[in-house]
Amino acid sequence: MSEALPDRDARPDLIRALREGALAALIAFALFLPLIGFSTVQNMRNEIVLEARWQLLFTLVAVIAGIRFLSTLLLAPWAERRAAAAALTKREVPPNGVAQVWRAMAARWFAPLALGFVIVYPPLVLGLNGFQGAAKWIDNFGIQILIYVMLGWGLNIVVGLAGLLDLGYVAFYAVGAYSYALLAQNFGLSFWLLLPVSGILAAFWGIMLGFPVLRLRGDYLAIVTLAFGEIIRLVLINWVPVTGGYAGISSIPRPTFFGIPFNASDEGFAATFGLPFTPIYRTIFLYYVILALALLTAAVTVRLRRMPIGRAWEALREDEIACRSLGINTTTTKLTAFAIGAAFGGFAGAFFAARQGFISPESFTFMESAVIVAMVVLGGMGSQIGVAIAAVLMIGGTEIMRELDVLKAVFGPDFDPTQYRMLIFGAAMVAITVWRPRGLISTRQPSAFLAERKAISGTLVREGHG
Amino acid sequence: MDVFLQQLINGLTLGSIYGLIALGYTMVFGIIGMVNFAHGDVFMVASFIAMVTFLLLTTWLGISSVVLALFIVLIVAMVLTGFLNWTIERIAYRPLRGSFRLAPLISAIGMSIFLANFVQVAQGPRNKAMPALFNEVIVLRSSETFDVAVSYKQIVIWLVTALLLLGFWFLVTRTKLGRAQRACEQDPKMAALVGVDVDRTISITFVIAAALAAVAGTLYLVYYGVVSFNDGFQPGVKAFTAAVLGGIGSLPGAVIGGLLIGLIETFWSAYFSLDYKDVAAFSILAVTMIFLPQGLLGRPDVEKV
Repeated sequence: MSEALPDRDARPDLIRALREGALAALIAFALFLPLIGFSTVQNMRNEIVLEARWQLLFTLVAVIAGIRFLSTLLLAPWAERRAAAAALTKREVPPNGVAQVWRAMAARWFAPLALGFVIVYPPLVLGLNGFQGAAKWIDNFGIQILIYVMLGWGLNIVVGLAGLLDLGYVAFYAVGAYSYALLAQNFGLSFWLLLPVSGILAAFWGIMLGFPVLRLRGDYLAIVTLAFGEIIRLVLINWVPVTGGYAGISSIPRPTFFGIPFNASDEGFAATFGLPFTPIYRTIFLYYVILALALLTAAVTVRLRRMPIGRAWEALREDEIACRSLGINTTTTKLTAFAIGAAFGGFAGAFFAARQGFISPESFTFMESAVIVAMVVLGGMGSQIGVAIAAVLMIGGTEIMRELDVLKAVFGPDFDPTQYRMLIFGAAMVAITVWRPRGLISTRQPSAFLAERKAISGTLVREGHG
Repeated sequence: MDVFLQQLINGLTLGSIYGLIALGYTMVFGIIGMVNFAHGDVFMVASFIAMVTFLLLTTWLGISSVVLALFIVLIVAMVLTGFLNWTIERIAYRPLRGSFRLAPLISAIGMSIFLANFVQVAQGPRNKAMPALFNEVIVLRSSETFDVAVSYKQIVIWLVTALLLLGFWFLVTRTKLGRAQRACEQDPKMAALVGVDVDRTISITFVIAAALAAVAGTLYLVYYGVVSFNDGFQPGVKAFTAAVLGGIGSLPGAVIGGLLIGLIETFWSAYFSLDYKDVAAFSILAVTMIFLPQGLLGRPDVEKV
């Protein structure tokens, strides 16, 4: 850069960076010495013994020291200069600058374009990958992400709109899945009949679990909902005669195309429409079902926000005491949020059971709840687009880790990227929270406003006190 | 009667471990009002550090005295885990101080996922079994069908816990550091105004919490002789239950809550059903929160406008 700093400033920077790097090396060495430096392995006599891994330890320490050194030397001054430059030019930006027009355009057109993309996604993938390759992309990426988008939007009603931090959301997902699985298997009812039933049952559970916790606030509420989620999972594990315990429920009936099953028989979908049989039709059908369900969730949320109940939720999120002073019935307000959020969780659960054909308590661990909450918070509480983006990044990102064979070339053939999936996931969660504590989309579009709609910066509101 | 006595002994041992972890939750919650979700995983990492140190001492350095080895293991685990928690606080929680309330919780959940998976990647997903220590037992009452016995390891656990709580109590009530810590707990802004370094005090709180968790981790390893990467979650949630039951923010409450949870869990498994012991612990959490939100010894949460 032409505006380089004077020389006398450059030298202390180097020394400082060296010192920071050395410090980072020391810290990393102390932290990694026991768990990376040694590995515990079982020997031939089944005893546990230590094996030293000095090479790995020192490589890691060196990498961390190097990163710290470079970031202090290069990144920090650059960020400082940028901040200083931004502070100088801040007031000179005209109200209708290019950047602002771009931002407005993006805000206006992002949602329609994204919607268009997800609608044409299956034919697009089919065209690009053919029948063999497309199943993976539609199933692992399309359906998997859309399930989480739907769960995120469902939880968004409870956490994002009503401000009730629920760490046991996966319980309702489990209720929906088991309702569908048990009713379909024992009574032979169809998917389309059981979908609303599962949602209603989950909503009942939402009310049942919501009722005792009405008086709780913030973190306490979070922990009690976590406890409820765990109780439901433990009951699913231990109530073997009904739920099958750890083994779960298998061969759950799959959904049909309005009565036409997706199989190779003469009454099957392919035969009826005169197409050659491939399993991809069911995958595509399931994709559109979950897309419709997710869009239903979004549409209901958007409509509810404009109704008195939706406004009561948002008021509750901002200030519960003010809410009560204004005569809003906080009991019904909280319970409807729990019930409606739970109902969408139940729909998603029923769909999940129908798509997998097999469910077990393993799918409903606390980790799932944590991932869904993280999506809602990291997406920006209350922002539907934010939640959807977070879902795509988090689920798509971890799924894509399975596919990265490139890394094998770098780290050798023994390298298994799937092992590091959750490790990177956790680290990314911390990093994103520190980077943007209020989520990716932290501005608020108020649903009730006077004269004109103004976006509120997220930093001006206190949410989650309910 | 004999069964009752035996379960009482077992329950107190388990409760000691829960109490030590619960102290960490309650201290951190007291000082920055945050549920440190990663605390259970810090406990698990401490357990692994203890195991590696113990193996290092006995097989590589040839220390044959188990008591001496255990003493060194305790010190090493406390120091390293304290250092780990200090680093975690600096990286994941300090940048979020003063930010909105859910952010530290999400960050802590991320950290919890990270720690569990770090140990899984570094040490493998299998259960790690240690050689058994202190296997001798003292028979207290003997009858034809049932012996009531205290094992040496239970005595070790009680002794270490009691000594540590004594030292901890002294630290919090009698030293300048303890006074600073209590001051920050009551009102951080006011504490800062009268010259308490709040950031440093919070860091030290995290270090102490981790040191207690490290002792709990070592004792857990001695007691069960086996540890795996996902052993952090269940004890963590139960210890949090203990902290809530005793009244979160209250130090004696955490210990009492820990002992209670330990006893309830053991008696439930002995008299009712082993399968539903965790359900019992979680139900207690829910019931306490609903009928006694401030816990046994906690201050009621007064809401001001």
